[in-house]
Amino acid sequence: MNAVIENLPRFIEAFGMTLWLLVLSGACALIIGTVIAAMRISPVPSLSAFASVYTELLRNTPLTLVLFFCAFVLPQLGSRLPYEWAAFIGLTLYTSPFVAEALRSGINGVAVGQAEAARSLGLGFMQSTTLVIFPQAFRMVIPPLINVLIALTKNTSVAGGFFVFELFSAAKELANANGNAVIAILLAVAAFYLVVTIPLGIVSAHLEKKLAVQR
Amino acid sequence: MSASVLFDTPGPRTRRRSRIASVIVVLLIAAGLGWIIYTLAQPRDSSGITLPGYFDWSRWDIFVLAELWVRVGEGLLATLQAAAVAAAMALVVGVLFAMLRTSTFAVVRIPATIVLEFFRGMPVLLMMLFILLVASTGAFWAVVLALGVYNGAIIGESLRAGLAALPRGQREAGLSLGLTQFQSKVFIEFPQAFRQMLPVIIAQLVVLLKDTSLGYIVGYNELIRTTMNNLGSSVGNRYLFSLFLVTLVIYLAVNLSLSAVARRLARRRSPGKLLPKDQITPTASISSIAMPNGNPEDRTTE
Repeated sequence: MNAVIENLPRFIEAFGMTLWLLVLSGACALIIGTVIAAMRISPVPSLSAFASVYTELLRNTPLTLVLFFCAFVLPQLGSRLPYEWAAFIGLTLYTSPFVAEALRSGINGVAVGQAEAARSLGLGFMQSTTLVIFPQAFRMVIPPLINVLIALTKNTSVAGGFFVFELFSAAKELANANGNAVIAILLAVAAFYLVVTIPLGIVSAHLEKKLAVQR
Repeated sequence: MSASVLFDTPGPRTRRRSRIASVIVVLLIAAGLGWIIYTLAQPRDSSGITLPGYFDWSRWDIFVLAELWVRVGEGLLATLQAAAVAAAMALVVGVLFAMLRTSTFAVVRIPATIVLEFFRGMPVLLMMLFILLVASTGAFWAVVLALGVYNGAIIGESLRAGLAALPRGQREAGLSLGLTQFQSKVFIEFPQAFRQMLPVIIAQLVVLLKDTSLGYIVGYNELIRTTMNNLGSSVGNRYLFSLFLVTLVIYLAVNLSLSAVARRLARRRSPGKLLPKDQITPTASISSIAMPNGNPEDRTTE
């Protein structure tokens, strides 16, 4: 326990990096994922084909390989990014298709009657999507989007294997330095992750229940 | 072509416009890809020495060696091995968790819930490190045990959801026939829940296969570690990019074929299939979303 308290500043520093990765990649992945989802449902076939290829490619590549690419292959191609930014790019790329899929399943979850009603009232594609479909889909996608963010929180740990000092690398470093308190240190790190993931999970479950009642 | 509800069947003018937009997008994408390939193919200077471009034969000539492919095969085998053992374990752990979590005794149910939440909220990688350091089992078992427990927790949750979604009458009928609570759960409810959730479970097993790549970080010689680390250092940095592309293609081939199996199962198993016309966007792109089970991959956790 002492080992944990003594190293608290180190834990906080690592936790800060984890949060930085989470917030930044989360935000960028939401933006890219929305664009991809919009392309996927768009009437232009080449756009939707591009979006589905992008989604399938990234979803079926292990995160480790994506981060490996960003950390080791990109420098070979001439990038001079520090490892933190490489990890940020990798996590954003990897998370964006999951965001796109969550959004798309939300859009498909809106009853068809809604779209038909909007169309029969004479609304166009843009009008029926922005005024009728999206406002309803948005509420339905919040729980799955939160689940994507929970997964992202856990995925930031993989960046620890690629020279980023975040919670996982802190766990490794401090466990090596304090051989007699390995369990305490690893549990402390787990607690830091749980502080983020469990509240998010509760919010998601709560929202899901609330929306289920309304429908 | 099945038209979407969202827009009218396009007339000649819209068709032309959409064709033009399509052509522009294709050109843009082709230009982007062309630029990337061109840049990669250029020879580059590195501290005075000119290295050949990435598509130069000197960066690919190792791939004619049978020995190299044997080692790549060993790596792939190690990945599949870990995935298979972990998958078997995840199924057992999942059933166990679902049982405990739906127990009628609060003494069993509440601790099981806490443990389950703990495992679900923690990164698998941390669990691997934990097993590696505390139980000192060696890298293989660290990967397998962590993946088994973590995915078991997730499968357990989806089985529980499957149990909860069953009509109450199933259980009531079981009990009224004189089965005990336990018997009714094992013989009546579980088989149905398992069947209902099969697509989700299989999709989760694909995720498990992908996650064996975390072995790279904890020192298990799976595919990525074999190709990128071990082979990479023995044949030299020059081949890093080529090795990366080969690894990527192998992973995509394995995962895409497994995902296809999962999707097909999802389509065949779902009881109340909706017709394509009941979906908002064209059928080609959405496959199975509108079904009660949804797309299995949407329910999985990365």
